[in-house]
Amino acid sequence: MSAQPDEGRTASDAELLLEVEAVEAAYGEIHALRGIDLAVRRGQIVTLLGANGAGKTTTLKTISGLVRALSGRIRLAGRDITGLKAHEIARLGLVHVPEGRHILRGLTVEENLELGAFTVRDAATRRRRLREVYEQFPILGERRGQDGSLLSGGEQQMLAIGRALMQEPQILLLDEPSMGLAPKLVTETMGIIRRLNEGGTTILLVEQNARLALQLADYGYVLENGEIRLENSAEALRADRSIVEAYMGSG
Amino acid sequence: MSLTDILMQQLVNGLVLGSFYALVALGYTMIFGVIKLLNFAHGDVYMVGGFVGFGVLSAVGGTLGADWGGIAVAMFLSMIAMGCLGVVIERVAYHPMLAAPRLSILITALAVSLVLQNSVLTLTDGQITAFRTDLGFGGLEIGHVFITYNQMVLVGTAALLMIALETFVSRTQYGRAMRAVSIDKDMCRLMGIDVAKVIAITFFIGSALAAAAGTMAGAYYGSIWYFMGFLIGLKAFTAAVIGGIGSIPGAMAGGLILGLLEAFGTQIPGIGSEWKDVFSFSILILVLVFKPTGLFGKSETERM
Repeated sequence: MSAQPDEGRTASDAELLLEVEAVEAAYGEIHALRGIDLAVRRGQIVTLLGANGAGKTTTLKTISGLVRALSGRIRLAGRDITGLKAHEIARLGLVHVPEGRHILRGLTVEENLELGAFTVRDAATRRRRLREVYEQFPILGERRGQDGSLLSGGEQQMLAIGRALMQEPQILLLDEPSMGLAPKLVTETMGIIRRLNEGGTTILLVEQNARLALQLADYGYVLENGEIRLENSAEALRADRSIVEAYMGSG
Repeated sequence: MSLTDILMQQLVNGLVLGSFYALVALGYTMIFGVIKLLNFAHGDVYMVGGFVGFGVLSAVGGTLGADWGGIAVAMFLSMIAMGCLGVVIERVAYHPMLAAPRLSILITALAVSLVLQNSVLTLTDGQITAFRTDLGFGGLEIGHVFITYNQMVLVGTAALLMIALETFVSRTQYGRAMRAVSIDKDMCRLMGIDVAKVIAITFFIGSALAAAAGTMAGAYYGSIWYFMGFLIGLKAFTAAVIGGIGSIPGAMAGGLILGLLEAFGTQIPGIGSEWKDVFSFSILILVLVFKPTGLFGKSETERM
């Protein structure tokens, strides 16, 4: 199986890794999903755009099992995961890095990473992954003994992503990875996401900075009031003036 | 006896008392950590643990002897039994209430406390049960200070249990997960941690430690009754608050500090031993007023 280049990307025949079908969910009062359909193929970066409160975070939480889907189907690599508990879904290799990074306060950088590999019983495998994460993010190795919550924002983002990598994800759900970061760090974070993807990790990205997200992504969905308003290749979305004006103004 | 001798003697008494407080306070603080519940039934788990230990000792004492060997077996079995009871209490009474307002689950804890107390009240007719053992009164005299072997075994056992707990919490994946669950449950779920299982393990360990204290206290003081968990429950709560509720080292330190303060407090002229509970709860009030986060507690501010 080979993905076709460029314009053919959207029609890629790569395996469907994540399928969301007519999913409805309620979380709080305004963050409701009213029938979401989306698909992510293996190897892609797919981005979810939309205004605050459109339901982007709820979509991710519903996929990862933190919020229960009221109806609809979610499949991971063909397997129905609708209604599974969040920790069961995580063990299948769908790893959600939530908004705000959620570093465990009071635990060291290394303990945070070790817990990322909680489900890995074999200590040697855990150590190997730990070494790989330190190779990828040397700063985390330098700070391994420090309280993870005392790192700078950028370092915390690396820790959050590194911790997710400890789970060896098939697909990463990233919620606003650039939030609260200085511009230079935003660029760095985007570089990290690109590298991860080139290394074979499939990514579903929610990002407030739509311009950046569409530069990285292969495909994009625009969410409005809990519904998919439109979808297209990232290239086409970048060229769509109405999208640019509606969702990239603040970018 | 010189003043130093009196103080040394109170140091020993304080350590014994503090060991009981610390063991019970640990369960309080661990359970508070994972589900943010002040488990007011915890003192009663200690009480039931004492009765189960007594029951086992009555059954096996004939063959194993009712000295520390038999008591160790009784304590171990009581720990297992109370660990399981703790898991059942969490499943049946608390788990369905986790999404409810905080006050509801607190009232549930009071209900569980009443159920345990009244069950034992009914079974024992409210009588004090003599916890007969073959423990002697031998000991070592160091200077003018007399330390019984019982006191040494008791403090030593409590220390071993606490070292085991500390090792579990800091070295094992489930121990780390327990700390993680007390910080951020949803993040734990996303890391593949079965939060319900971690909560169950926490209840098992916390209740087992209370059972160890209950059995040892019964053997040491020689009697048990249905109301004996009430006061130590409040004392353990005080100890947990002194140490910083939610903190495991805090509960250990808080228990010992409270035990020592009580022992020394009775020596202050004008404060006899009949005032020692007033003394303890005055300390609770002072801590709550001046250092509500306790010795090892962290404030809830989070870095963005």
